Amino acid sequence: MRINCPICGDRDHREFYYRGAAMARPDPDAGEAAWDDYVYLRENPAGETRDLWYHASGCNAWIVVSRNTLTHAITSTELAAES
Amino acid sequence: MGILKNGFSGLRVLKEGLTGNKGWTPHWRDPEPKAEYDILIIGGGGHGLATAHYLASVHGLTNVAVLEKGYIGGGNIGRNTTIVRANYFLPGNSEFYSHSLKLWEGLEQDLNYNVMHSQRGIFNLFHSDAQRDAFVRRGNAMINQGDDAILLDREGVRKHLPYLDYDNARFPVFGALHHPRGGTARHDAVAWGYARGADSRGVDILQNCEVTGIDIEGGGVKGVQTTRGAIKAKKVGIVVAGRSGQVAAMAGMRLPIESHVLQAFVTEGLKPVIDNVVTFGMGHFYISQSDKGGLVFGGDLDSYATYAARGNLPMVEHVMEAGMTLMPMIGKAKILRSWGGIMDMTPDGSPIIDKTDIEGLFIDCGWCYGGFKAAPASGHCFAHLIATGRPHEAARGFRIDRFRTGYGIIDEEGTGSQHNLH
Ligand SMILES: Cc1cc2nc3c(=O)[nH]c(=O)nc-3n(C[C@H](O)[C@H](O)[C@H](O)COP(=O)(O)OP(=O)(O)OC[C@H]3O[C@@H](n4cnc5c(N)ncnc54)[C@H](O)[C@@H]3O)c2cc1C
Repeated sequence: MRINCPICGDRDHREFYYRGAAMARPDPDAGEAAWDDYVYLRENPAGETRDLWYHASGCNAWIVVSRNTLTHAITSTELAAES
Repeated sequence: MGILKNGFSGLRVLKEGLTGNKGWTPHWRDPEPKAEYDILIIGGGGHGLATAHYLASVHGLTNVAVLEKGYIGGGNIGRNTTIVRANYFLPGNSEFYSHSLKLWEGLEQDLNYNVMHSQRGIFNLFHSDAQRDAFVRRGNAMINQGDDAILLDREGVRKHLPYLDYDNARFPVFGALHHPRGGTARHDAVAWGYARGADSRGVDILQNCEVTGIDIEGGGVKGVQTTRGAIKAKKVGIVVAGRSGQVAAMAGMRLPIESHVLQAFVTEGLKPVIDNVVTFGMGHFYISQSDKGGLVFGGDLDSYATYAARGNLPMVEHVMEAGMTLMPMIGKAKILRSWGGIMDMTPDGSPIIDKTDIEGLFIDCGWCYGGFKAAPASGHCFAHLIATGRPHEAARGFRIDRFRTGYGIIDEEGTGSQHNLH
């Protein structure tokens, strides 16, 4: 699997640290259910998904990767800061 | 009882051998689904079949069906590297895996089926003083639980495993924690044995029967929709391993689970050379030898969410490197196959056996990469929960609400309760 870093270009996925589903962080006082949702509960889709990867051995950017969990095909990548 | 009529014995093998092996019959029936059962088990893997077997054999509940979307043995139960052990450290896990190992030790008699359970012993190697200290603590926890653990120094290990690279410049072998009652079993025989045990007591095993919907009314479960028609039941258990998220979604639930791929490898058949289970402490590599002679080995997750039952090459490379570092003698063996299975990973790396908020709907999931050894106790405890409505003593820590409340997290590796850490 190769991930297209918006800053560095196509790189081997070993350069990246996988963080998990890209989800919007709730407000600090959004309550227990919202935080349980964010920290633990997952849609865990078989198909299209968006997740966060950190380019640890590259430019240190956080990247949102859109990919297919059934085929490993990556459809798009964007900087988390801009998504 | 069917089991006795068609029982296996040395005498029967002899008789069949002398009469052309014409008397063997299918190990379970292939019935049509009934319109209604008392209990439905979704998922015919090791855990689902064990649940059905214990519902019937322990609780006398036989109006039960197991709904399997593929064929028996096609899931992780037939894809794992078959290691069976009770070497957990934390309360919650410790008593559960201890219970499971005891069930393993009586399983072949209970099922009248040869699952080739082989207590050949496990050697968890350590490579530093700090790692030895951690293994001393683990070994003491195992002994306190009533299981067995022996701390071996380097020379002690050498007597059992003369072929390791003891003086490897980076990762010298310091010693091992030896768990003599650990070992392996024939994975698909476990599925077949449980299927036969359940079927012979009247449980219907329905293959090619995918659950596509769960019917809920007034906060209670009423039955399921399947590719072989609707089936009613007041109690339904979800036991679908890597597919837990999708089946739970049919009941409107989101689970603390991410699905990941774990790979494994087998070589061509060799003469007996590795007669135990050996794990490397400085990289992801563990190995045993099957009775056919293949070296069976594996490593860690690929570490990204996926449902593709195949992995990527970096983990393949890592496993091969780790193996060559530890035991260079395997370098000339040819790899015959590699494969992957989809693991239901929880944030703390420990499983869930619990009720849900929906009346009559139960869930057993989150087995991560260690659910083969757990199959007997998982089935035994899940059957107990479904039959009695109360958690079994050995599985009372496996609550689904431990993540929401933060109370009772079972983080065996001590790395944190977060999805990407186990
Ligand atoms: C490579 C590898 C190595 C492993 N090594 C070990 C090991 O050494 N020791 C160990 O303890 N564990 C090991 N494991 C883990 C172990 O195999 C699993 O944790 C365990 O098998 C999971 O439980 P199961 O047997 O019930 O799963 P499965 O056999 O996967 O059963 C789940 C079943 O549910 C069915 N299903 C899914 N969706 C539906 C639906 N909608 N309707 C009907 N049926 C459905 C599936 O078809 C499947 O048959 C390993 C796993 C892998 C992949």
